[in-house]
Amino acid sequence: MPKDISIKKVLVIGSGPIVIGQAAEFDYSGTQAVQSLKEEGVEVVLVNSNPATIMTDIGMAHYTYIEPLTIDFIEKVIAKERPDSIIAGMGGQTGLNLSCELYDRGILDKYNVRVIGTSIDSIKEGEDRDSFKRLMERTNQPIVESEIITDIEDGLAFAQNIGYPVIIRPAYTLGGTGGGIAENEDEFRQICSQGLHLSRVGQVLVEKSIKGWKEIEFEVMRDGAGNCITVCSMENVDPVGVHTGDSIVVAPAQTLSDREYQMLRSAAINIINSIEIKGGCNVQFALDPNSYNYAVIEINPRVSRSSALASKATGYPIAKVAAKIALGYNLDEIKNAVTEKTFACFEPTIDYVVLKFPRWPFDKFFAAKRTLGTKMMATGEVMSIGTSFESALLKGIRSLEIGQYGLERASSKKRDLEELKKRVQFPDDERLFDLAEMLRRNYRVEKLCQITGMDPFFVNKIKGLVDTEEWIKTLSIDELDESHLRYLKKKGFSDKALAKFLNCTPPDVYNLRKKFNIMPVYKMVDTCAGEFEAVTPYYYSTYDEENELKPSNKKKVMVIGSGPIRIGQGIEFDYCSVHSIMALKRAGIETIIVNNNPETVSTDFDTSDKLFFEPLTEEDVLNIVEQEKPDGVILQFGGQTAIKLANFFDEMNIPIYGTKPEQIDAAEDREKFDELLESLGIRRPKGKGVWSVEEGVKVANELKFPVLVRPSYVLGGQGMEITYNEKQLIKYLSEAFGKDSKNPVLIDRYLGGREIEVDAICDGTDVFIPGIMEHLERAGVHSGDSISIYPPQNISDDMKSQIMDVTKKIALALKVIGMINIQFIEFKGELNIIEVNPRSSRTVPYISKVTGVGVIDLATKVMLGSKLSDLGYGTGIGEESKVIAVKVPVFSTEKLPQVEVSLGPEMRSTGEVLGVGYSLENALYKGFIAAGMTIPRAGSAIVATIRKHDQESFVEIAKRFDRLGCKFLATSGTAKVLNNSGMHVQTVKKISEGVPNILDIIRSGVIDLIVDIPEKGNNIKSDGFKIRRTAVESKVTLITSLDTLNALIDVMEKNINQDELKIFDIAKDLK
Amino acid sequence: MEKTVKAELILENGMKFKANAFGRIKETVGEVVFTTGMTGYQETLTDPSFAGQIVVMTYPLIGNYGINLDDMESSRPFLKGFIVREKCDMPSNWRCEMDLDGFLKQHKVMGLEGIDTRALTRVLRQKGTMKGIITTRVDDLTPSQIKQKFDTYTNEFAVKEVTIDEKYVINGKGTHLAVLDCGIKRGILRDLNKRGCKLTVFPAFTDAQEMLECKPDAVFLGNGPGNPKDIPTVIQTVKKLIDSGIPVLGICLGHQLISLALSCNTKRLKFGHHGGNHPVKDLKTGRVYITSQNHNFVVCDLSDDVEASFINVNDGSIEGIRHKTKPVYSVQFHPEASPGPLDTQSLFDRFLKIIEEVK
Repeated sequence: MPKDISIKKVLVIGSGPIVIGQAAEFDYSGTQAVQSLKEEGVEVVLVNSNPATIMTDIGMAHYTYIEPLTIDFIEKVIAKERPDSIIAGMGGQTGLNLSCELYDRGILDKYNVRVIGTSIDSIKEGEDRDSFKRLMERTNQPIVESEIITDIEDGLAFAQNIGYPVIIRPAYTLGGTGGGIAENEDEFRQICSQGLHLSRVGQVLVEKSIKGWKEIEFEVMRDGAGNCITVCSMENVDPVGVHTGDSIVVAPAQTLSDREYQMLRSAAINIINSIEIKGGCNVQFALDPNSYNYAVIEINPRVSRSSALASKATGYPIAKVAAKIALGYNLDEIKNAVTEKTFACFEPTIDYVVLKFPRWPFDKFFAAKRTLGTKMMATGEVMSIGTSFESALLKGIRSLEIGQYGLERASSKKRDLEELKKRVQFPDDERLFDLAEMLRRNYRVEKLCQITGMDPFFVNKIKGLVDTEEWIKTLSIDELDESHLRYLKKKGFSDKALAKFLNCTPPDVYNLRKKFNIMPVYKMVDTCAGEFEAVTPYYYSTYDEENELKPSNKKKVMVIGSGPIRIGQGIEFDYCSVHSIMALKRAGIETIIVNNNPETVSTDFDTSDKLFFEPLTEEDVLNIVEQEKPDGVILQFGGQTAIKLANFFDEMNIPIYGTKPEQIDAAEDREKFDELLESLGIRRPKGKGVWSVEEGVKVANELKFPVLVRPSYVLGGQGMEITYNEKQLIKYLSEAFGKDSKNPVLIDRYLGGREIEVDAICDGTDVFIPGIMEHLERAGVHSGDSISIYPPQNISDDMKSQIMDVTKKIALALKVIGMINIQFIEFKGELNIIEVNPRSSRTVPYISKVTGVGVIDLATKVMLGSKLSDLGYGTGIGEESKVIAVKVPVFSTEKLPQVEVSLGPEMRSTGEVLGVGYSLENALYKGFIAAGMTIPRAGSAIVATIRKHDQESFVEIAKRFDRLGCKFLATSGTAKVLNNSGMHVQTVKKISEGVPNILDIIRSGVIDLIVDIPEKGNNIKSDGFKIRRTAVESKVTLITSLDTLNALIDVMEKNINQDELKIFDIAKDLK
Repeated sequence: MEKTVKAELILENGMKFKANAFGRIKETVGEVVFTTGMTGYQETLTDPSFAGQIVVMTYPLIGNYGINLDDMESSRPFLKGFIVREKCDMPSNWRCEMDLDGFLKQHKVMGLEGIDTRALTRVLRQKGTMKGIITTRVDDLTPSQIKQKFDTYTNEFAVKEVTIDEKYVINGKGTHLAVLDCGIKRGILRDLNKRGCKLTVFPAFTDAQEMLECKPDAVFLGNGPGNPKDIPTVIQTVKKLIDSGIPVLGICLGHQLISLALSCNTKRLKFGHHGGNHPVKDLKTGRVYITSQNHNFVVCDLSDDVEASFINVNDGSIEGIRHKTKPVYSVQFHPEASPGPLDTQSLFDRFLKIIEEVK
């Protein structure tokens, strides 16, 4: 059927902030969908709370609302924009759930909005556990023996009946949140109660464990006429038991015979046919490795993480095609954008191997319980393409940026065989390396397969790589002849890995490769294994004969992407990369992007003129540079991943646009940077490196407490602490030196002042600040985790001009060309500098949107040689908007067991939302709501545990809560303070004081707000830690900073009527 | 690094691809075709339609799940050579009984491993199907030797090679079909038998009278190798059968033979359709199905008696015909799949319905 012309205005709901289980993939799919709808002349209304996305850019949709993703706010958007249709499956689980709720509550009916694409009834059939079960019965599809329960006792009886272990899966949650495998009754009770609590509908599914079966996924498309195709099959290298988001996944499936493959493919098609999907759907199977028995695990009637992977793995744009189907087109009417000759109604066939490797946050959360299970823990992923499993695996490993270039891992090497054996049976992020280590020690493949459930196909491949590594170790570089080296490069070994095993340097290997002329070739991802001519400029490297890459003679620039999403380096950097490409394209320059993240817009083959899906290592990037010979490379937008290539590129004489590597170095090297500030007369918190406890105490007393302490050898705020007195300091230093006495500990004076942040653009003469951002929380909270406010509310004009002045001095002194990010502290009326990043930062998408300044566009132009003055800007600060916009961080800590949740110097948030309003309180209200917080009402019950030196300040805030009729519950210390100040506080038992204690009270659900201001984070054994974990796991609002609490009470006191809050179209209403 | 025997593929246009030999190491000449199926290498290896050909797998890892005796499409491979990027020496699957190398050795098929199969595929796509030689005499054959080898290669007698010597019967309680075996895959017989059909299977060159003597309800013509025009006697037989008024049904080569018998034409495709991802459209319903295909020739220039029932969505070529008045119906693609998608399995029911209607 051709396009349905009655569809004129479509509402698209985004997926909100980046959280574990819902990452950048929905920016990719949402952006594709929006563009695909626009192509057809349909007006698009977009709602998404996440300002860091490309999809929420001005000009992407026709009407863009960065508003909380709640029914009330979406209804406001519907009422204002009056779309005639809504497409449900583009915003992940969030978008799907909201669409269902809009439908259930009659809002869609009320405004005459119809659902296009997959219908709500179809969605519910696939999503609701009960109807899914009935669907499977109807279509004769086997499922795992299971029952839906709403009550723990019923569940226990069922579990007893089918026998442990059993798997518990809550209905309607992200990434299997709240699920788990219970081995016995105790575990069952614990997991089940959590699951029931987290499920939107209070249901969990209890099912028999089929641990060890193969996990196979199919991505399927269906149109309104019933035409079905499968885009891609995927096989999890980790068998059932590990969440697919935490599994190494390979595409296509590797170990299935055609019979098994077609059996599952047909099952997938039967299922989506019977629920009449119109668009894309993901079907997950478990397959018995020893028979034809299989079971359908679940289906996702929407675009998903897997569909993003399938799209990137095959070149088939699932979201784009799904949007066209929603408009009424049939698959055979939609052109295949890759070949431009064939149609979307075919099945991609690939002639390479694709591997997805999850990226876990355990480098930041080193205390986390790392065991992988049915709850997803990875924040991001990398994808790699090779012509063999081995080369794809090795590419994947080096793309992760975990300092790993082969299968030999230092931590695994230290473990004895017994420990390794224990570890591989309870997989964590190091399982692959532990397993390789066992093979290295001649542990039997058969037994390893038996205890891990992994298929011998994969284990043998890993064994082959380990054996090759050992073989290389017996060689020296002089012995390596051409055929040997070619063989190793073809296998996938990087120069760096070879150098390590050969005991030489990577340049030695590189030079030998040059000598033998062993260089990679680039092959095209074309959806059809070469059967048709393709026009997609989408490439991967391999060591083979024919090179399909045809570099042009045009002026071209290469942009280095930011790799996998991780804590501290999120979707914001993809936003920057994509915007830089758009700016370059507008300037008529050919653009090349290199990246390895399948979830992103930057790796859509439509984004740049050429896409290289490659690891972001020196070698892999250099290979491309040597063939493409770009005029220059842009590193400023790819976060730390790209910036760390600067020195290497400099050595290789590759031109870098923008700030030069030595200047980047001057900003990143502490000593050089200190010297620079000194010479410019710019103030920074005093500090010193110390080598002993005694020296530390002396220095701290000179600096005056409180002091900020951190080990010198770790980055990203790890192990950083604020100590308030000698006792705390001595404890910290003794522990730090106990662990490592070879490195100093850095002690800085802690200034508990107002944190201020700017992103500026410098062309070498002028420095332009689009807007100054004020942080709500005082210094001491990582800038990525604090609430940012624009325009600033508490900064004087004089201070603003000082900020401008200092920014200019630093930018000019560092000879910045392009972006610079500076963080300040205003303390007792004085401006101090705490950090300078000579690159684009996390706040750029936010500040771009709220100021309306195309920051990346400007920066890119400046890097290419334009002057700010010619672009309509000069030195100065952009005009402040009248609308207030706050950026509120969003955390995924509830998904990561044993991870600290309080705000502190270490960054922990995974995403962010925007709140916009005419007053700060209105903006904060929206920001809090969008971040998923339930704002307590007057009369709420509050649990408070406050560290000693904040108790006094807390009393003032507590009185304000008291005036709103809130009731406090506190343990003895805090209770005493509050009681003394005349409030009536109910004292509750500490954990050590028996039951019911504070944790029981929190779990019972009677508490609305928990205020816990910790003395010190990361102490798993402390009461505070347990209280905070219980709070997030029980979904009770938790505040861990008095500044945030202050903001919250400000908002509560305003008694905001949500119905009266205005919504803002960011293109029109933010000026 | 393992010890290997060097070998090369020499194409008619002079291009060479050097790599390693495996399987039965003996020089071979054939028509080089590529197939894009990602699973089902064993069915491909044992599909008699590949007789005389050297098959290139575009998927790089072949042999992952090994070989088993259940997935054979005929008693043995009839192809001349098998080219893969990487063969798997340690296959894994619960039904695995042999590995690829052992299977090729056993059945005397020359294998070539380690070439840039995508480069070769792109050459075939651009230049069309070509003859090729796989030899271990690397850089050793003279141009005249090569020419002589190409000149003496012929695939004209492929059907003769793959057909059976004597007729046999597969029992069933339902419709009785006389099947002409020009290299028919077991999958087709299995799918018909599964639907209750009794099958009397005849050698390819059986005459019409003899087939009709077994009193079948219909005649079925399956797949097979080579150019349909190489077997004019069979075309004549089909013509007689159609003229007799009995329903005549066909798949692949059978479809081409029926078309020729009905005065349509066939032509060679540039590089054929080989794989499991080809969309065909049912012209009656507009529905599109993903099909398994394996053919180098295609039906064209339909006569007035005939109308197209299916077309290929990618290139518009004819994928199925029906006689306007007689119970004659055939398709180019493979509803039996083996290997490939099972989406058109219901075609067998359609075949049987046509027979029912005549009864």
